[in-house]
Amino acid sequence: MNWGALTVFVLLFGFITVLGFVAARWRRGDLNQLHEWGLAGRRLGTVITWFLLGGDVYTAYTFIAVPALVFGAGALGFFALPYTIIVYPLVFLILPRMWAVAHKHNYITAADFVQGRYGNEWLALAVAVTGIVATMPYIALQLLGLQVVIGAMGVGAGGGLMADLPLIIAFAILAAFTYTSGLRAPAMIAVVKDTLIYITVIALTIVVPLQVGGYSQVFSAVAPEKLLLATPGANTLGQYSAYATLALGSAFALFLYPHTMTAVLSATNAHVIRRNAAYLPAYSFLLGLLALTGFMAVATGVDKLPEFADGFAQYKSNFAVPALILHSLPDWFAGVAFAAIGIGGLVPAAIMSIAASNLFTRNIYVRFINRDCTPEQETRNAKIVSLVVKFGALVFIIFLPLQYAIQLQLLGGIWISQTIPAVIVGLYTRWLNPWALLVGWAMGLGVGTWMAGTTGFQSAIFPLQIDGFTAPGYAALYALALNFAVSLVLSPIFNRLRSTLGTDETVPHDYHFGLRR
Amino acid sequence: MAPDTRSGPRWPNLLLVIPFVALLWVPSYNSIEPTIWGIPFFYWYQFLWVILTSLLILAVQRLTADPVAGDEGAGGRP
Repeated sequence: MNWGALTVFVLLFGFITVLGFVAARWRRGDLNQLHEWGLAGRRLGTVITWFLLGGDVYTAYTFIAVPALVFGAGALGFFALPYTIIVYPLVFLILPRMWAVAHKHNYITAADFVQGRYGNEWLALAVAVTGIVATMPYIALQLLGLQVVIGAMGVGAGGGLMADLPLIIAFAILAAFTYTSGLRAPAMIAVVKDTLIYITVIALTIVVPLQVGGYSQVFSAVAPEKLLLATPGANTLGQYSAYATLALGSAFALFLYPHTMTAVLSATNAHVIRRNAAYLPAYSFLLGLLALTGFMAVATGVDKLPEFADGFAQYKSNFAVPALILHSLPDWFAGVAFAAIGIGGLVPAAIMSIAASNLFTRNIYVRFINRDCTPEQETRNAKIVSLVVKFGALVFIIFLPLQYAIQLQLLGGIWISQTIPAVIVGLYTRWLNPWALLVGWAMGLGVGTWMAGTTGFQSAIFPLQIDGFTAPGYAALYALALNFAVSLVLSPIFNRLRSTLGTDETVPHDYHFGLRR
Repeated sequence: MAPDTRSGPRWPNLLLVIPFVALLWVPSYNSIEPTIWGIPFFYWYQFLWVILTSLLILAVQRLTADPVAGDEGAGGRP
């Protein structure tokens, strides 16, 4: 048991617990209204939105998995950097329109928008269900980060229920403050969490190179074939197309995830989103530094040290960063770092569970089950669903093999991408027919899942072959291309049938947002 | 595309294509040399684009902004 690290960890956890409950009083609103509980009253300014979106996008799983991938696979794992760069021009151009129309019509979710825009409850249901299903394994994976750092401090080494107890306590705390405070809780906690993350990453990127003799030593410790992408052979685009499509496809998928939409819609105006698109890349820089810690773990050779053998055996390369932290930083600082990763899981898990319960309540419960429910009933339902969602994630991570959560999260990225034609294209034109979009969505879902299946759900990279030429690429993007093609071809056909058109409750002016400097 | 009533120019948005070309054309930067402080080109080039993209977005934001319109409802700056 590492008492130094554990003491600091528990103190910081206690602090954010208090903060989570106090948050209910912050910018006080009627928490019996769904937009107050689930979107913090749409009153978040530039700074809090920056922390909230940052806490949302750069999750605990990201902080464990990205360096782990770089540690194991080398340069290919670095795609996380171009991905989190090119996402911001997209955020800047597209999401202010989403904010404007959502503000005008009190939309809480992307599926709300699809319902209003296309007047087709089946298409909205498809978007809602995709969002919920893609989010669930993501929440489970947030627990992985927590599980790894708790294990790294030597808690519950005996296994059994004692090993899971700290995880269950952390999640009970999370569930309680999300229930009472709604989105306000993760918004406030995100500020603490990100401060801790910035401190940790900056410390690692200064201390470790000093210990091993500079950055040139870090890079020269890496096997040459892992330092760069492999140059493709004849008749294939090899790792080049894999890297580019992973970056592009992940960027598209990112802001379709319900939790991103929740954070964006809680902004107080469209300008906050445009400004954040320019400032959020600061997190991408941090993520890039963190990816490099994968190489630092190689350079320090932590995977070969006997004291970390158990950790690597249990958590594989996901243990690379915790081991590096224990090896290079003093115990109390390791406590800060582990608290950063642990709290770093709770913030996105809270936002994700709120987003999933908003989707369920608005687009399934109110639409299909209880059409006459009052705003109070709606909010109470959302709060309860957020508990169910988190409990499901907890059961998932404790009782099922970790591999399932990772594979489902991989599929989730492919699935959520299939809502792009309905949601994003819908912001610009009503030309695509809702039923054509529904067929395209189903085809994309099927083909994308099949593509991942051909690799035994081990990889999202599909080797697309055209006339003897291979272009390995992100299955989400290939499936999306098919989805688009189907929607485009079928739309003019369906559009001839007036009854398929649906009513559009939005007008062009709804998408307009005023701009200030 | 919905008709737009705002008065700011829209052409600067095209500048945002640049990061896509710079980062998705992978062979253009998949090399060790030139290194900076021992960091291979592949890595520092992509870090550099974090900053450049941020600056580009700031520039486009300024160039497309409508100096008159307010979007904060009551209490918005004139």
